[in-house]
Order: sequence, then structure tokens, then C-alpha cells
Amino acid sequence: MPTVIVNGREIEIGADERLNCIQAAQRADVEIPHYCWHKDLSVVASCRMCLVEVGERKPDGTIAMVPKLVPGCQTPVKAETVIVSNSPAVLAAQKATLEYLLLNHPLDCPVCDQAGECFLQDYSYKYGRGYSRLQEPKLLKPDKDHIGDQITLFTDRCVMCTRCVRFTREISGTGELQVIERGSHAEIDIFPGEPCNNKLAGNVVDICPVGALCSKDFLYEQRVWWLESTSSVCPNCSTGCSIRVDQNKDVVYRFKPRHNPLAQGEFMCDEGRFGYKYINSPDRLTQPLVRLEGDQQPTDWETILPGVRAAIEGAITAKPQAVAAVLSPWMTVEEAYLLAGYLKNLSKEIRLYLGPVRVVGDDDCYPKDVHGNAVAPTRFTIRAEKCPNRQGVEAIIRHFQGSTLSMDDFWKAVSAGQIDAAYLVGGDPHEPWLTDEQGALLDTLKLTIVQDILPSAASRRAHYVLPGGSFAERDGTFVNHAGLAQPIKRAIHSPEEARPDNRILWELAGRRGLFNAGRLRNEIAEHISALQALTHPLGEFGVMLDTPGKPTNASVVANAATSP
Amino acid sequence: MAEFEPVLMARIGKPDATSLASYQADGGYDGLKKALSMAPAEVTDIVKASGLRGRGGAGFPCGLKWTFLPKDHPGPIYLCVNADESEPGTFNNRVIMEGDPHQIIEGIAIACRAIKAQTAYIYLRYEFGKSYRVLQNAIDECYAANLLGKNILGTDFCLDVYLHRGAGAYICGEETGLIESLEGKRAWPRIKPPFPAIEGLFRKPTIVNNIETLACVTHIVRRGVDWFRSMGVPPDPNNPRDPGSFGPKLYCISGHVNKPGCYELPLGVTARQLIEEQGGGVWKGRKVKAVVPGGISMGFLSADELDTPLDFSGPGKAGCLGLGTAAVVVIDDHTSMVDVLFNCCRFMAHESCGQCTPCREGTDWMRKILERIRSGFGKSKDLDLLMEVAGSMGIIPGTTICGLSDGAAWPVKNAIKKFRGEFEEYIAKGMKSELPVLVDAH
Ligand SMILES: Cc1cc2nc3c(=O)[nH]c(=O)nc-3n(C[C@H](O)[C@H](O)[C@H](O)COP(=O)(O)O)c2cc1C
Ligand code: SF4
Ligand code: SF4
Ligand code: SF4
Ligand code: FES
Repeated sequence: MPTVIVNGREIEIGADERLNCIQAAQRADVEIPHYCWHKDLSVVASCRMCLVEVGERKPDGTIAMVPKLVPGCQTPVKAETVIVSNSPAVLAAQKATLEYLLLNHPLDCPVCDQAGECFLQDYSYKYGRGYSRLQEPKLLKPDKDHIGDQITLFTDRCVMCTRCVRFTREISGTGELQVIERGSHAEIDIFPGEPCNNKLAGNVVDICPVGALCSKDFLYEQRVWWLESTSSVCPNCSTGCSIRVDQNKDVVYRFKPRHNPLAQGEFMCDEGRFGYKYINSPDRLTQPLVRLEGDQQPTDWETILPGVRAAIEGAITAKPQAVAAVLSPWMTVEEAYLLAGYLKNLSKEIRLYLGPVRVVGDDDCYPKDVHGNAVAPTRFTIRAEKCPNRQGVEAIIRHFQGSTLSMDDFWKAVSAGQIDAAYLVGGDPHEPWLTDEQGALLDTLKLTIVQDILPSAASRRAHYVLPGGSFAERDGTFVNHAGLAQPIKRAIHSPEEARPDNRILWELAGRRGLFNAGRLRNEIAEHISALQALTHPLGEFGVMLDTPGKPTNASVVANAATSP
Repeated sequence: MAEFEPVLMARIGKPDATSLASYQADGGYDGLKKALSMAPAEVTDIVKASGLRGRGGAGFPCGLKWTFLPKDHPGPIYLCVNADESEPGTFNNRVIMEGDPHQIIEGIAIACRAIKAQTAYIYLRYEFGKSYRVLQNAIDECYAANLLGKNILGTDFCLDVYLHRGAGAYICGEETGLIESLEGKRAWPRIKPPFPAIEGLFRKPTIVNNIETLACVTHIVRRGVDWFRSMGVPPDPNNPRDPGSFGPKLYCISGHVNKPGCYELPLGVTARQLIEEQGGGVWKGRKVKAVVPGGISMGFLSADELDTPLDFSGPGKAGCLGLGTAAVVVIDDHTSMVDVLFNCCRFMAHESCGQCTPCREGTDWMRKILERIRSGFGKSKDLDLLMEVAGSMGIIPGTTICGLSDGAAWPVKNAIKKFRGEFEEYIAKGMKSELPVLVDAH
């Protein structure tokens, strides 16, 4: 294994790994500060924050250093490379670069959204000087609120790292952002009338190391240090981007993509990113409702669950093959398992249907060329399938029933009068998952139980309404388009009387103790061979279902070191 | 000096000098014919043996650069001809482009033969309208006479030459900025490696050469290595890395002299000889205070350094950055070095492309400090600050991508080192400059 020496400490790197000095130093837990370099973008080596001294250790043990500073991002390491990031020359260069960057910087941290997660703050604190020697007025540059529907530019906070420009050229391919003007007057801008509204635009806010590009959605909503982050999975399409859910006091304020080489990589799409509003919706179902005759009446969980159980058992006694359950592809594997197991245990003849799988157009691949056509190699895909866990729920239904039945089958059976009782788990928080006409068909049923988070044509006429939890309120597993099983984690409490679905189903199934996703996952893995990979701790990045026994690749994990 | 016979300027001023017919009457394109009868590597060998060093500023050995191209490359290989000439004080390229364009096109064709390029782009400073017309006319004449185009002079050598008008910035003359600009982008210099010879224009192997360099190639091939090496300064025997400074050089003299202009002399003439023998001495009977040896980015020679030979190593020995473009700007003793330096800094702050943090911010910061000093609000510690800022900028400390930053820092370092007393006095007395500054000048 090749050895690299970082600040005197030897570390080993993989024989065929291609690392730059920043990455090699990360392995030695040494931070080389950097702005312009980003793992997924081309190297421009322009910010000069990452300057280091490098050299080579000769076979006789002597070290020959390059006689000047070099950018660590641009300098690959090989066997016996020596990296020095703490010499007086390097420290002086870091200090100088930060002083330069702050010369014209407005220092409006108190009103800047980035404060608290800003690399200009952090590096200035660690590597900078405490004051500026600029005596002259700072340059003022106009803010550019018009650069995108979702993004805004605080022009004079920009450190000109061009990450955002390279993102739109290399990842989205849409190329809206550019640099105008020269020298210290250089500014990020758009072509007049061509705002940066591509479906990945929100990522430029994440990769901007400072508070120059901000999200209009998040702007001035919260100070970031008030937020608590929970790692989870975006529920808005079957790509299943790894994300962080940032919340304060049970209100979700934003999603941020989380590095996952097995899922999407570094980024996420805007549909996913901003598709969280329903969580905080005032329309949420928050009260268990029961309709014995006449209108729906509020009730409590202690009353409704036994009622639901009795009603289902009654329907099964009457005619088990006329009892149906719709399992939503927004459910977790665990929830689908609990519901399917509970019902199939009561009667094998109950029919399980897969809830509506919303598909919109075709998979949307990036980068795009000037004509909007995707070009290889693909760097990001927004899936046409807009639900997070079709594969997981299907695996459960197949296990209990051999094959899945679709929503079309369900509505045909309802129209044909074959269904008397239905347990409907809603799900799609963005689009109604049934039409008013379909809702009217439910009037023919003797028993309708709806478990959902938002009102629908079904919940309005249900005999029992079980207010569930959004994905941010639940623990469990989603399986993405490629068969990657990833954990979602509870970030917030459910509003009012609403409860996470896993808890509702756990209690409905009459299980003892408290729901625990990890334990249940092990149970599922034991019973369902298609899901046996779930026995392993899912870890940060999840596990691929089709390669059971293969835990997350270690070198991939090593690469996950944080970077701005 | 009297016996020196001009080479590059020999035909300038002759009637009809720019026409193909007159050029050919003087033996024009014989060099190309000779090159076409040789193998490409032989042509490169001749240029290498001549010791020709690039005239664009860095003085890199020309033939050596050509050998950096990948061997047996399937092509295309490109030649980019740097005619962006924007270093303040420099106008030698323009003089020969306007006055004798065919020697340049012949040099381009010979160079392309040597490096096996079939396409050459001349990147011409946008403001040079006359050069554009004269060069385009010369190119058209060559196509008509089968000196360019397909199967030149009945051989298998094909060459297209495109004349491209530049994007109007100093940085477009930096070789990788030039390449980016030719590709239709902002002239933001590229990081190296890869060097252009490996990956240049359109990511293909590319040689970038200056106009004057290529004009020299014409004469070297026509008249031989020994003739070329008979002019100039041989390598310093005490410095094994010095390749010497051979050949004729176009010196541009401007500033406070009686006869500013472009003069051709063998490399190695001293600043004093240039000013006195060519420039007709300092104007108004005044004395020299400082001399820019080769464009402002090279720094300054002081009055007692005037005997510095202006070859490739002379100015460096006097603490300047180098010979640069051999654009000699004479500054008389009535001129304030504070004003001079401010103007240098103003130019560099205006021309920094803006990608590297130290150059983008440092150039403008130095400009601001000098502007404040000029308004009478200087402080003595400003001088140390200026030195510190200048010291932290450039590829020499390793903090930037291209040489503009060194060129911006050098005049500051030289001026404050060599004229510190004047700066200190200016600040101590709270002096102010009434001189207007050409804020809109480029
Ligand atoms: C900021 C900057 C500006 C430059 N401008 C010019 C120019 O206008 N013309 C030129 O020939 N070389 C210029 N150069 C030098 C070129 O980068 C390059 O070295 C030269 O064109 C190579 O040609 P040569 O080897 O024939 O000299 C510039 C360099 C820098 C750093
Ligand atoms: S806006 Fe942000 S990402 Fe873009 S160049 Fe400026 S600092 Fe970098
Ligand atoms: S691509 Fe899909 S999973 Fe990723 S952020 Fe967008 S909607 Fe969410
Ligand atoms: S040194 Fe200056 S001009 Fe050169 S690339 Fe960097 S910022 Fe641009
Ligand atoms: S120069 Fe290396 S990170 Fe910017």
C-alpha cells in the first residue's frame, strides 16, 4: 500500500486510489481548508485556500520539497508524497487568502442565513486573522433576487469559487450561471431573462460555501443552530436521495442532500427538496374519526383501534374474500409487513393491493445539452416514479400473497361489487390518490378504513379515519428503484393526535411492547428471503437487497468525510 | 551598433512592403520552400539550434517548446499565434504586422510545418484595426498564391490560417487565457499541467508563440543558425541554465524621451544606449528617474541601473522580473513614483481576470492603498503592507494560476524597494497628486 506523509504522520492509501492532497489529508484527520474544490466538480484551483507544501520522500529517507506553495486540490498524491499543511509558509498563505476574501466581504453574519454553517466564518476563525487591514471602502455589489425562482444571490458575499457555475455546466448541464466583470468586480450572474430554474438549481445553495446563494424558501426562516438534523431519505421519487431533515420544534424547515454513493451521490432535486410543505400543512388529519351513523365524529385511539379491529374481524367473518387492503408505496417496509401480516393472519383470503404508484413522464436525466437532451454520462436522475418504496411494499405483498394486485384491479373489484370492506392506506401527499368518482364508489362498501395524513375523497366518507404520520415522523425502511434499502428516521413528533403509522399498525396488530424499526427489520429479514439483507445494520448508506450479506463498501464509507 | 542591419524591420517603410509581390521580390517564402524540402524535425532542430527564445514575455526557448508536443500524435495539432500585445508600452508586434506581414505568415507556415499543424489561429488584439486589415489581406494573397491552403506549393503540406480578433482584455494574451478565449469562453487562464503542448486548444496539443518569435523563425530558416547566433549575447558560462539571448530584438521606447518608437537592435543593448542612442535622450533636458525594462509588469530599473543589458537575463539581475516584452518606458525625474506605481496598479486591478483570490483582491487592494496615498492620507506602515500584499501574490510564491499576479506585484516590490525614500517623503509630507488619472483607459 502506498504511504503518504501528512504533517509528519504516515497514512496508507489504496494502491489504485487517485486522491488529491485534500483527500489524502482527510484520511489523516487533517483539514486542508478549501473553497473551490468539490469532489463532484472539475478542478479549477482558483480560490487558493488549499495551498500546502508538498514533497517526496526518497528511498534514502531524505525529503525533497517543491520550493513553492501548491494548491492541494490540484496536486495528486502518490506513494511517498509528503504534504505539509502546518508550516509557517502555509499558515501565512491561509491567513493572507482569508484576509483577501474578507476585504470586500460585507460581514453581515448577523443577518446572513449561512451563519453557523459558513466556511468563511469557520476558516476565518481557524486560519484567519482577527481584523482586516483594509482602510478603504468595500466594494458594494447589488443583490440579485432575480437569478432564480428558488435561489437568490447576495452578490457581495460571494468568494468567487465558481462552484455554482460549474454545477450548472457540469451536473445540470443547463449553464445558467456565469461570471461577469473582471478582477474584484467579478460577479456571479445569469444571462438576462434566463433565470436559473433548472430542477437541480437548489443544489447551488448547498455547494456555495458561503451565504452568497441562498434558498428563497429557507431565507430568514431559522438560524441554523436552532435546527436539529435527522438523516433520512427523500420520499418524493424512487431515486431515494439520502437527505437530512432539518427541524425545529417539530416544524420541518428544509431538506439537505446527504452524501450517499449508493443512492444519488451528493445532490438532490428541487422537487424533492421543496416537497416537504405538506408535513407542516394545516390540513393534516390530526384526529381519529369514526362514523357509525351520520357524520364522522372525533374519537380517541383507545376507542378507535378496538373498533377497527372488531369491524375488520366482523367483515372477515362475513366474507373474507370481500375484504381488501391497499398498501401504499409511501409506507415503509415495516409498516407494510405489519399490516399485511396482521390481515393475512386473520384470513388468507383477504386481498392485498399495491396503492397508486404515480409515474410522471420519463426519468429525467442530467446533465442536459443546450437542447435539453440528456447527455452521457448521467450525473443525476430524477425518477418518473414519484413514490419512495414501491419495491419494498411489493416485496411484502408478494411474500404474503404470491403476487401483487394493482390499484386498477382494486377499482374494478369495487365496481363489480366484489369488495365489502377496505383498509386503505393513503400516501401520496402531493396529488390526490383517488378521484371523486372513485371516492363515490366507496359509498357502496360496508366498511371503509382510511389511514392517511391528508384529507381525501376516501377519508371524507370513511367509517374510520386513522391519522398517520408523514415520513418525517416515522422510522423504517424505504427501498429505492435500484433495490437499495435505506433507513428513514423519525425527525419530528406527529401533530396533535396523529400517530406514526408504524405505531398504529403495531398496536392494531396487537403486538406487545413498543415498535422498534431495527428489531422488526431483523424479523422481516428472517421471514422474507427477498429482504434478508435487512438483517445487517443498514448503516449510513443502506444495503443493496440483491447482494445480501454484502455490507456497505468500506472504502465508500471512508470517502464520506465531510467537505463543504 | 552602426553595423547592425535590421532584420525584422528591414522592409518596413519600403514602397508596397506589405504586398506579396514585393515580399517575394525580396526573397520572401524562400524559407518556407526550404522548410518544405526538409523533414519537420529538421526544421525544429534548426530553430532549437538557433537559441531563439520566445519574444512574448517569458523568453522560453522556442525550439524546445516545440519538442514538448506528443510524439506521433494523430492530430490535430494547433498553432496559436499570440498577437494580443497588451503589455503597457509594447507595440513591436503591431509595427511588424502592419509593416511587413508576410514575414510573419511565412514564419507561421514554417512553424506549422515543424510542429505538424494544419491549422493556425492568429489571436489579434481587438483594437488593432490596421493590423487586422493588413494581415487579412496578406492571408488572402497567400491563399490565392497557394502559399496557404491545400497542398502548398505542390507538396503534401496543408495549412489554414484564421485571423481572430481578440476579446479586448490583457489576460487574453496569457497563453491559456488566449486558448479559452479562442474557444469562445471567458479568458480565464487554465491551471497547468496539462500544458498547452499536451492539451491546449480544443483539448488538443497546441503551441502558442508570439508574432515576433515567429517572424524570427522565418529569418532563421532562411539565413541559418550561425547568422542568428552572430547577434546577441552568448550564454553566461557561470550559469549552466542560461541559454543565452541570441538574435535581433524589437525594442519599444516610450515615455519621457525625445524620439519614442520601435527600434531593432541585437539583444543585449543597455538601457542607457537605447535611451541615448535611439531615443534621443530624456526629453526637456531632464534626467532619468526610472526605466521600465520590458513592460510594466517587469518592474523598474533605477537611474543607476541604466547600464543593465536588456537581454533575457540582464533585468533579472537588477531585481526586475525579466526582459518581458522589451518595452522600455522612460520616467523622468519630474515624475512622482507614487503616481507611476498607482497607474501600474490601476491597470493590473482592471485587468486581473478575477479567478485567483490573491490576484483578484490583491491587485485592487494595492490600487486602493495607492489611491489613498495619492490623496494625502498615506501612512508609513502602508509601504510595508504593500510589500506584504505584493509578496503574497503570484505564481512565484505559488498563490496564483497565471503570471499576471507576479506582474502586478513586481512593480510594487521594485518601486518600494528602489524608491522607498520618495514614498516615505510623499507620505510624511502628506503630499497629494493633482495629476488626473486615466480612469477609463484600458
Ligand atoms: C498576463 C499575461 C499577458 C500576456 N500577454 C501576452 C501578449 O499580449 N502577447 C504575447 O505574445 N505573450 C503574452 N504573454 C505571454 C504568453 O503567455 C506566452 O508566454 C507567449 O505568448 C508565448 O510565446 P513565445 O514563447 O513566442 O514568447 C502574456 C503572459 C501573461 C502572464
Ligand atoms: S455564489 Fe457561492 S458558489 Fe457561486 S461562486 Fe460565489 S461563493 Fe462560489
Ligand atoms: S431525485 Fe427523487 S429522491 Fe432525489 S431529491 Fe428528487 S424527488 Fe427526492
Ligand atoms: S493570476 Fe490573476 S489574471 Fe492570472 S488567472 Fe489568476 S486571477 Fe486571473
Ligand atoms: S484552490 Fe484548491 S480548493 Fe480552491
